[in-house]
Amino acid sequence: MTIVIFEREEQIKMSDVIEIRWHGRGGQGAKTAAILLAEAASRVGKYIQGFPEYGPERMGAPVTAYTRIGDKPIRIHANILEPDIVVILDPTLIRATDVASGVSENGIFIINTIESPAVMRKKLNLKGGRVFTVDANNISLETIGRVIPNTPLMGALIKVAEVIPYDDFLKIMKEEFEKKFKSRPEVVEGNIKAMERAYQEVKGE
Amino acid sequence: MNKKVALTGNEAVALSMKQINPDVVAAYPITPQTEIVQFFSSFVANGQVDTEFVTVESEHSAMSATVGASAAGARAMTATSANGLALMWEVVYIAASNRLPIVMPVVNRALSAPINIHCDHSDTMGARDSGWIQLYSENSQEAYDNMIQAVRIAEHPDVLLPVMVMMDGFIISHGLENLEVMDDESVKDFVGTYKPDHYLLDIENPITMGPLALFDFYFEVKRQQAEAMKNAKDVILDVAKEYKDLSGREYGLFESYKLDDAEIAIVVMSSAAGTGKYVVDKLREEGKKAGLLKLRVFRPFPHKEIAEALKHIKALAVMDRAESFSDFGGPLFAPIRSALFDVKNDIKVVDYIYGLGGRDIVPPHIEKVFNDLEEIKETGKYDKLVNYLGVRE
Repeated sequence: MTIVIFEREEQIKMSDVIEIRWHGRGGQGAKTAAILLAEAASRVGKYIQGFPEYGPERMGAPVTAYTRIGDKPIRIHANILEPDIVVILDPTLIRATDVASGVSENGIFIINTIESPAVMRKKLNLKGGRVFTVDANNISLETIGRVIPNTPLMGALIKVAEVIPYDDFLKIMKEEFEKKFKSRPEVVEGNIKAMERAYQEVKGE
Repeated sequence: MNKKVALTGNEAVALSMKQINPDVVAAYPITPQTEIVQFFSSFVANGQVDTEFVTVESEHSAMSATVGASAAGARAMTATSANGLALMWEVVYIAASNRLPIVMPVVNRALSAPINIHCDHSDTMGARDSGWIQLYSENSQEAYDNMIQAVRIAEHPDVLLPVMVMMDGFIISHGLENLEVMDDESVKDFVGTYKPDHYLLDIENPITMGPLALFDFYFEVKRQQAEAMKNAKDVILDVAKEYKDLSGREYGLFESYKLDDAEIAIVVMSSAAGTGKYVVDKLREEGKKAGLLKLRVFRPFPHKEIAEALKHIKALAVMDRAESFSDFGGPLFAPIRSALFDVKNDIKVVDYIYGLGGRDIVPPHIEKVFNDLEEIKETGKYDKLVNYLGVRE
């Protein structure tokens, strides 16, 4: 599957499936993002899986969730061991969990942080791979009114790896949020803004 | 007529129940089945189904109310998982013995203790001798399709047995996947209107259900149940054929995947079969003659067909997601090995117990099984008859 990586056409890997692993903490919306992205990809005709790893469901506890997106039916039913893309919703997880586990030389990290990609590369102790950062906490605070980094990170992800065409993605997200927050148009608008801003502001090395 | 959607397994099953629109649903929530009951009760509240929804205080009552409704002449359903199924236990047998065509989705979950909410097959494997037909689903699509077919299988006059439709807890029940669903009308036409020949509320033809039958009649009742289970096999195939004409999707007693020229193969059920097929494809690219048999129908057990499909295999591994504490492998191993006994082809059959309590089964695990089979094929010998995959010991 060929996708645009940070505005450059690139063969992300030989396999037909792009595998994304989300690391967050309970309450940050890692599960929602994993499933919402899968749903959006399904709407543009992709084959998808979106699922969390269910553990003790507590606010603040580490949460892992997964998204697979492909051009062919996906039959594998297992957690993602060798992700192409790792999204880190909370940078403090870098010390708590092995977020880089199984990531190849070409792996992509998208991190919610105020730090630069170079600093995060050092923190992750990465030799290969590519690191992208975005201040999703601040973006969500300014657009949605509270710290909820999942939606801006989805916007950043689409910029870094265009698994779904950006315009389609925004349109579908708007419809999904409108379904969910019928009586609260400001929430819909805030989330869309958060995604647009993260799409613009995500930085790479 | 088919619509492409993305749904979790629980959403897919709840949708199938909405389209089947049963007369009565009595259910009690239990993880990971809870959402089925939750979604379905919202269909009831929104007036999207005509179902009488009975809220009960336990699974024992859920199955009792379902049995009562079915005996009265209603198309009745419930749903459960793990400890919920265990609590239903005595009534599960009563449903089958009274020949009540109840359909029950079961979201497979490990039985306590230790307390665990994740997938294995210990719950429904425990119910394998209860007289229910058992259909296992690999993914959301199959869970949806099996539910719709189950109604027709259960209510067929040659069968009249309850059917459990299984999917793997969390892996399928809570995972979002693509599937194709049919429109409401097509499902309604396919399942038809339930018209039982004998039922309690038929006041013109009064009958007794569930009376005392000691040494005089009990045995005959059981013999008839066995016959009904035998009949179920052909009915399952007939219904599958009709369903294929409608949906385009093909179902059998099991799925043979690259088995024809295979020398080494695994037998596996449910979600791990998908991962197994992924591994088989990989091994085929390396030139290895690997194959897979995914069992859909565990009750009745299609022993002749399985033996026919596997008779040329040199080394076979049976994958069990349940322990039977027999010291002779899991519940799938013994009947598969026994089915191959009359083939007399000296097929080496070993067992791998895996994934208990939701322990993730990943491609390297299944690759290891195939590597072991390669060695067994070469040497004609195996170290252990029963192996444990992905456990610390």
